[in-house]
Amino acid sequence: MFSKILIANRGEIACRIVRTARRMGIATVTVYSDADRDAMHVAVADEAYRIGPPSARDSYLNVESIVAAAKRAGAEAIHPGYGFLSENAAFADACAAAGLVFIGPPASAIRAMGGKSEAKALMDKAGIPLVPGYHGVDQSPHILAEQAELIGYPVLIKASAGGGGRGMKVAAQASEFASQLASAKREAASSFGDDRVLIEKYLEHPRHVEIQVFADSHANCVYLFERDCSIQRRHQKVIEEAPAPNFSPDMRERMGRAAVEAARAIGYVGAGTIEFLYDAAAGQFYFMEMNTRLQVEHPVTEMITGLDLVEWQLRVAAGETLPLSQNDLTISGHAIEARLYAEDPGRGFLPQTGRLTHLAFPSGENVRVDTGVRAGDSISVYYDPMIAKLIAWGPDRDAAIHRFGVALAETRVGGLKTNIGFLARLANHAAFKAADLDTRFIERHNDDLLKRPLPASDAAFALAALGLLLARTEEAHRAARASSDPSSPWAHSNGWRLDDEARDELRLREVSVENAEEKKIDVVYRRGGGWRIALGNGSAFDAQGEIAADGELTGTIGDEKVSAVWKSAGNEITLFTKTESRRFAIVDRLQGADAAQVSGGSLVAPMPGRVISLLVEPGTHVEANQPVVVLEAMKMEHTLRAPSQGTVVAFRYAAGEQVDEGAELVDFRADGN
Amino acid sequence: MTVLKSTIDIRSADFGKNSETMRGLVADLHATVSQIKQGGGARARERHLSRGKLLPRDRVRTLLDPGTPYLELSQLAAHNVYDEPIPAAGILTGIGRVSGRECVIVANDATVKGGTYYPLTVKKHLRAQEIARENNLPCIYLVDSGGANLPNQDQVFPDREHFGRIFYNQATMSATGIPQIACVMGSCTAGGAYVPAMSDEAIIVKNQGTIFLGGPPLVKAATGEVVSPEDLGGADVHSRISGVTDHYALNDAHALSIVRQIIGNLNRYKQPDIALQPAREPLHEEGEIYGIIPNDVRKPYDVRDVIARVVDGSELDEFKALYGTTLVCGFARIFGYPVGIIANNGILFSESALKGAHFIELCCQRGIPLVFLQNITGFMVGRKYESGGIAKDGAKLVTAVACAKVPKFTVIIGGSFGAGNYGMCGRAYGPRFLWMWPNARISVMGGEQAASVLAQVRRDNIEAAGKTWSAEEEEAMKAPLRAQFEHEGHPYYASARLWDDGVIDPAETRMVLGLSISAALNAPIQPTRFGVFRM
Repeated sequence: MFSKILIANRGEIACRIVRTARRMGIATVTVYSDADRDAMHVAVADEAYRIGPPSARDSYLNVESIVAAAKRAGAEAIHPGYGFLSENAAFADACAAAGLVFIGPPASAIRAMGGKSEAKALMDKAGIPLVPGYHGVDQSPHILAEQAELIGYPVLIKASAGGGGRGMKVAAQASEFASQLASAKREAASSFGDDRVLIEKYLEHPRHVEIQVFADSHANCVYLFERDCSIQRRHQKVIEEAPAPNFSPDMRERMGRAAVEAARAIGYVGAGTIEFLYDAAAGQFYFMEMNTRLQVEHPVTEMITGLDLVEWQLRVAAGETLPLSQNDLTISGHAIEARLYAEDPGRGFLPQTGRLTHLAFPSGENVRVDTGVRAGDSISVYYDPMIAKLIAWGPDRDAAIHRFGVALAETRVGGLKTNIGFLARLANHAAFKAADLDTRFIERHNDDLLKRPLPASDAAFALAALGLLLARTEEAHRAARASSDPSSPWAHSNGWRLDDEARDELRLREVSVENAEEKKIDVVYRRGGGWRIALGNGSAFDAQGEIAADGELTGTIGDEKVSAVWKSAGNEITLFTKTESRRFAIVDRLQGADAAQVSGGSLVAPMPGRVISLLVEPGTHVEANQPVVVLEAMKMEHTLRAPSQGTVVAFRYAAGEQVDEGAELVDFRADGN
Repeated sequence: MTVLKSTIDIRSADFGKNSETMRGLVADLHATVSQIKQGGGARARERHLSRGKLLPRDRVRTLLDPGTPYLELSQLAAHNVYDEPIPAAGILTGIGRVSGRECVIVANDATVKGGTYYPLTVKKHLRAQEIARENNLPCIYLVDSGGANLPNQDQVFPDREHFGRIFYNQATMSATGIPQIACVMGSCTAGGAYVPAMSDEAIIVKNQGTIFLGGPPLVKAATGEVVSPEDLGGADVHSRISGVTDHYALNDAHALSIVRQIIGNLNRYKQPDIALQPAREPLHEEGEIYGIIPNDVRKPYDVRDVIARVVDGSELDEFKALYGTTLVCGFARIFGYPVGIIANNGILFSESALKGAHFIELCCQRGIPLVFLQNITGFMVGRKYESGGIAKDGAKLVTAVACAKVPKFTVIIGGSFGAGNYGMCGRAYGPRFLWMWPNARISVMGGEQAASVLAQVRRDNIEAAGKTWSAEEEEAMKAPLRAQFEHEGHPYYASARLWDDGVIDPAETRMVLGLSISAALNAPIQPTRFGVFRM
């Protein structure tokens, strides 16, 4: 076994690999970009080396720098995690050339599965069923269009070199083909540096079921059962579970064997995943692709098998035989995983960047959280905005879903918008509970899942207000203690008035709800301490409590004992109760004043990114909603449209320029102004 | 320190009756204040709000540090004084914390007669400035006033303590380093224009504040020029062209945020030059004071029971406890601030006066603020006492009180009559703050005594002329006198005329005193030099 390995990755997966290595007595080395200097994966490792500037291309994709770090640290092997260089054959070669063990399959296997078209040809030869499609090398648009016609619409256009949904477009009919092809090619080129595409039949109700395989260098190969990853959004997995629901043992075995065949066909070694499209009604499955690495969703397999896949990877890479044979492997219970993202479901799942002002994860039995960030860390613009993976286990699927729901409710993220509410609605959805799954589940139930959250209840507003009053009192105490006149009654925050009740008014507006109205909250300070909080609609509560430095709030509101976590950063409150999290803006009259000088147009960058194309000439008159600029941010394209009819006077940035969030991209003059 | 033991029985019938009486008085006070807080009435308020302006009380609250106390001054000013109601005399004055500093805030209430200055408006404004000067507190003027009330011009314009004194005060306070900040949120006409013009820094609100020596009507009358208020003296004119104002605000809130910035940048640091301790609550409920004060003013009670509900830990270290026992003197703390308490516990005799003078000397020597709890019918009279020299002993106390330079605070908790008022630091003796309880009475002597004195003189004259004067006739003369004294001795009557700084709920005495003392400590405590004590 190795005595020291380098982990060429970041975030939760780097931390997760460190955990297993440490348990096995293997020293760990991590690498970091300038943006990750203080990241968790740096802190948890035994050693860490800087490998370059923030941009992934210059750091986590920088083969030379990573290999040099491994040599310097004296590591014997490199674990690539997932993403980044994990399926890069050249990297595997570079490791070998440097005398380092690449903890993954042979470079030849990566190459074999790397190009989608070549992989399919190989699988076809090995007798693995394929979705009808075109995987040819001739990429001329008319040939591709002809092939699409031949396969029959709808068709899927995918980047040959791609994965993870990038550069993947659906053409529902021939008229769309050209534009979708162009778009797919553009994304493919920018994501993978290779604009080749393949075309496939687009199935109407497919499930995404994948098989985890494991092979050693002694010709043993087993399958560790399946995962159902049908809950996807734009081809990105959202929820993964194992075993697949409504999946017969017979089908499991057929698919498992096919997966093992596929692995064997390319001389596979290590952990791999064969993804299939599964047509439940027809009892058919088709090979999609093979991921020649550890998957993001591997924990669900670990939860139902009781195994540590990273340990297996290390053993296999060290030349050991597989610890178990196929007959030894069994499934116990059911596991569900969700990817917790910093994103705004209400705005097309726009990735969110910023500081995690508060972070608390569920604990207890049958729950596992894999994360690479701590409270106070930032989700940066440079990498994937995943905060954590939340995995729950139960003796059966219903129990696992229940446990998952509870765990989700205990997950508290402050400072950024997240998909927690979206995940909770997913896990609670009747169709999900009934296991009525396919890859278009989210699309189909979009209205239920994205329905505007109900405005916060009076109780939530009262709780937010109570926290604010308590925090203000605490802050006043702190300030008084530090002052030259510490016991002055002027420092009291009791709103005292001569010959009158002490009254105050707070204004809160919910942030999580679009266009939420400002709520005026009338406060009467109780002489003996505490407050009367009136919400303007007749409901009023007597409230009192305590708040700890960490935001732990306990108290009573009306007759009810309450506890919550109350956090504030700047003018924003995040409130976590047992069942939900709510964000409120504190509307401060004094601060609102400056904002009165708001600027006009809305052609501002919604997040930091790079301008990739200017769609009109300066001076052009445009219609409302006409696309004007394309911004690439968080590896996605965002089209900014004219807010109204008007004239694009000038562009403030050229294509290729980096822009900050909120940057005014266009000098736009609306008609009539 | 010595803990005062409560001598009252809160289950007694007297306690219950007393409490009920005081509760009634306090309820009336609250009701009266609440009525006054409505300002110029619903319609005037609506009109004010419809212009996008905040009401004066909301302006003040928005200006203050969130959730902090506000010590309003002269709430009852002009109450039942003029032919029509002028609530709070049309001006809001008080002390509050802005950006961590205690400031005096003077805010015109434009809902009351356009914020114009009645005689008592001027008096109230000047009193607020006096408090600012004595206690070294920055002044913030939230200006929204039509200037002098023209029908009353003879009583607001020409005299020493009239309108001009406002600007005199601004200039001379600025000269001693007390910041003068004006925020023009409405009109500032004629003399009023000098409030911002005489300030260290001035803010003006767009489309709302105007400053001019002569308004559009006067200009038209004088020169025929027709000009809008905004063009004549609006925010743009004064912030961009004339330079009369220094800061341009978009609305009330914006203007107030600029005031907060200015105060935050004043570079002032409060340095209380007395030995502070942490504050401790009294051991006994402050509300029990209600049950202590007898219904009948003639009934005695031990003032220590009141002190025990005002001072930290109910602790009082008495001075000369066995001598001159009708005056209780002792050291205590209020919100951790050391104070010398001087409280009446009966009529003043020579001994009590001497004891009080001695105690004041001690406090001045040591730089300890003085708190007077005044409940005094006067000095003892009679041959024995006159020949004992009570006049010169009383004079010693009055001299000591007058000359004492330590901050003095007076609360009239009962009677305030005759020379007792002087010896116990009445208004004329310059207490930094003077507060009254709603049960208090203030007049040169009690109504009954005054009526009896006058009746006695009349009877002597009548009987000297050999006539008779029936008891009915005597009563017919005395009744209106008693009624007059009762009316004029009432705390609302006193407060309406600014003989005090406000009528307070007895249960709030500790808080009011704490705020007053803390505010006063913004000014360094000066050494005292006493006048000649007649021996």
